[in-house]
Order: sequence, then structure tokens, then C-alpha cells
Amino acid sequence: MRKYTPKNDVQAKSYYNDRFFVSPQVPKTDVAGDEIFSKDLAVLKSNFEIKDAYIQKGHLVVFIDAKANKQVIKFAKETLGYDFLMELSALDYMATCGGFEVFYEMLSTSKHKRMRIKCFVKEGEAIESVESIFRCADWSEREMFDMFGIKPNNHPYPKRILMPDDWYDYPLRKTYPLQGDEAAQWYEVDKIFGKSARSVIGPEIRDSAAVDRYDTTRFARLGHEVPYGTDIIANGEPESTPLAYQEEGGVRLFGARLVTKFDENESKVLEKRK
Amino acid sequence: MAQHKVDYLSNGGAPIALTTVDKLVNFGRSNSLWPLTYGLACCAIEMMASGASRYDFDKFGTIFRASPRQADVLVIAGTLTKKHAEFLRRLYDQMPEPKWVISMGSCANTGGMFNTYATVQGADRVIPVDIYLPGCAPRPETLQYAVMLLQKKIRRGSIFKAQKPKRLV
Repeated sequence: MRKYTPKNDVQAKSYYNDRFFVSPQVPKTDVAGDEIFSKDLAVLKSNFEIKDAYIQKGHLVVFIDAKANKQVIKFAKETLGYDFLMELSALDYMATCGGFEVFYEMLSTSKHKRMRIKCFVKEGEAIESVESIFRCADWSEREMFDMFGIKPNNHPYPKRILMPDDWYDYPLRKTYPLQGDEAAQWYEVDKIFGKSARSVIGPEIRDSAAVDRYDTTRFARLGHEVPYGTDIIANGEPESTPLAYQEEGGVRLFGARLVTKFDENESKVLEKRK
Repeated sequence: MAQHKVDYLSNGGAPIALTTVDKLVNFGRSNSLWPLTYGLACCAIEMMASGASRYDFDKFGTIFRASPRQADVLVIAGTLTKKHAEFLRRLYDQMPEPKWVISMGSCANTGGMFNTYATVQGADRVIPVDIYLPGCAPRPETLQYAVMLLQKKIRRGSIFKAQKPKRLV
């Protein structure tokens, strides 16, 4: 890794923090209050081990054992009528619990109800693929593997989906730095030119607030085009610089001017569209 | 026969033309810049607009080609991801010399707002770039302007100078 340099004052930071701020939680209600969901939960409880259950924003949230995920989803699809797997991914709880929470968002299109099945897997543990029940889980599970490193067992094509196959580490983990680890920062250089080219190409400029003193001489301002290297701030910015899209005299060939030089004064600017 | 009298000294009055090879070749090169049909992200939409009838790239002789073997210019139009960098390099290597590269938009120039693990922080880390085009996304006028500047650059150069192969490493 490159040496970390603190960039605390790079951008204006709010200096006021509410000491008594409590991050808002989505309110949870008891399942017994809902007739349909309490029936579903009772059926689930009679067949599987349910660790926790509540209702959040009209969703029934059910915590199950990770080993039973395939059976529960199959049961939910075939018996309870949740015929649509909307979404599938994971949440990183490595710091607090040392693992991930895998969630399955289910929708019943016929009975208009939604359920979220959640289970916890430790780091390094695999989870059974539900691809044979819901075809759409194919890519979702590949993405889950790509981003969190949770391997889906019995998946037909267990490969990374977004990142390159030789990518190191899993980018959506909380421990993964936003700007990449060393392998990520040099990925394209290592791959195309080889590691020996690192010193030639140099590290990435990641500080978006970096100011290069040569920026003003390397880049002309629009409407004030000047030759390369002209110091445009030495004598102040000119009020107007004639536009010079073409070389002096225009394009000449066979002694004749093929393209005449653009003259700003002779050109006509239309006040309104014809 | 008087009207066919050849005046060798007057400008353009003769069936003989004098010019330099530089000018002749650069005239051809600069007025038939064929870019590669290659778009990466939203800048590509502006590039397509530049090629369509309203902005009409054909008037520059700029006609998009579907093969890198036929292309002179590579317009990097959009965010270059780390996964895609090697493909960009391969396309660039497949183009015959002389070749030029326009880096279009903030993302291709510096990585832009994508200061993340997955984005190449400037396409010039992978291939050499001739013109950096600011904007997010640049308007078609800006791309036209970049092509005009590139034409200017080409006309300024000498063809007898050995074409220095553009290599980063």
C-alpha cells in the first residue's frame, strides 16, 4: 500500500456534530398484527427454524438458518405463493459479527405481499445456490460472490460477474478501500505493461483537490487560445483573443487556398434561428 | 491559342503545381481523420450526435470506421474502467501508424468524478493521448473543435521526420 497521507482539510468539513444524534431506524412491528403474514409465519415456523421475524414497511422479515435457505425459498415459492425473487445480495457485518447477512427479497405477484428472507453466513462460508428455484438468482449470486466473496454452492457458473477474473479481494466489503488496494491501483499498469513499468507511469493522482501550478500554462482558456507554454496569467487575462482555429493563411495546396482562414470579424453571427 | 498561354510565374495559372510533400500528405491525413466506432459511456452519446446529421462530422472527412485497422483516430468517449483498459490498449495497438488519440471528457482525462477502485485515473496511463477534451460530457461542438485542433496539429508536422512510435513504456 502507498503511505497514507491524511486529507482532512482538503474539503470543507462540517465542524458541528449533533452529540445526541440517533440514526433513524425503520420501525418494526409485530407479525401478530398482520393477518396474512402471521399465517405465513405460522406455516414457516412449523416447518423450519425461524430465529426472528417482524414486519418492516409492509415486508415480512424472516431470519432463518443459512443451511436451510434453499428449502425455505422453495417452500415460500411453492406453498406460500412468493413466486418472484426480486433481489438477492448481502450486507457486510464483518466488524460486528464477523460475517455477512444474505437477504432474499420475495414478492407474491398473485397475493400482493412481500417477504424478506435473511440469513447469516460467517466469512469464508458458502451458501447454497437458489438458482435451480429462481433462474434470476444466477447473476445475483455471481454479483454477491464478486462483491462480498460469498461462494454459492452448486451454482452453474460461479464466476465473477463485474470485476475482472484476476481481481484481488471483494470491493463491496467495508474493509475494502474506496480507492482500491495496491493491486487495484496498479491493476491496469501491471496487466498491460508489467510491474516494472510502475515507476515509469507513476502512481495515480487520487487527490481531486490537487492543483498543478502548470495547469494554467498547459491549458488555454476557451476563447483565449494561446500557443503552448504562453503564460496566460502573467499580464492578466486578455479581453478578447481572436479565434485561431487554423494555421496562418488557412490551408494552402497547389498555391491556392483550399480552406481560407477563419476571420472572426468577417463572420456573421445569427441573432436567432432561421 | 492565346487563352491557353501558360504563365508559369503566376499563382495557380499553370498546369503545373508546386507544393511540398508535407503539405500534400498532411492535407490528405488531416482531412480524412477516420475515428474508430468506439464508445465507453455517456460521452459516446455526444460523439454519436457529432456524427449524426445535425453536427455532421462528415464535413470534416471524419467518418467512423468499424475496424481499428482502418482507423486513424481513437476517441476515448467515456469512463475507462480497469477491466476495460487492456482492451483499449489492444485496439490502440491494432491501429496502423500514424494514429492519434482524443481523450473525450473528464472521465477519460483524469477519471473524473469516479475516484474509485474500478476506474482508470486518466486514459493516458494506458495509451498516449494527443488532445484532452474537457467537459462532462463535452458538447458536439467541443468534439468538433478538438478535431479541428488535431487537424491543425497534423498539418503542422513533418512527414519526413521518422514517425516516433508513441509508447508509454
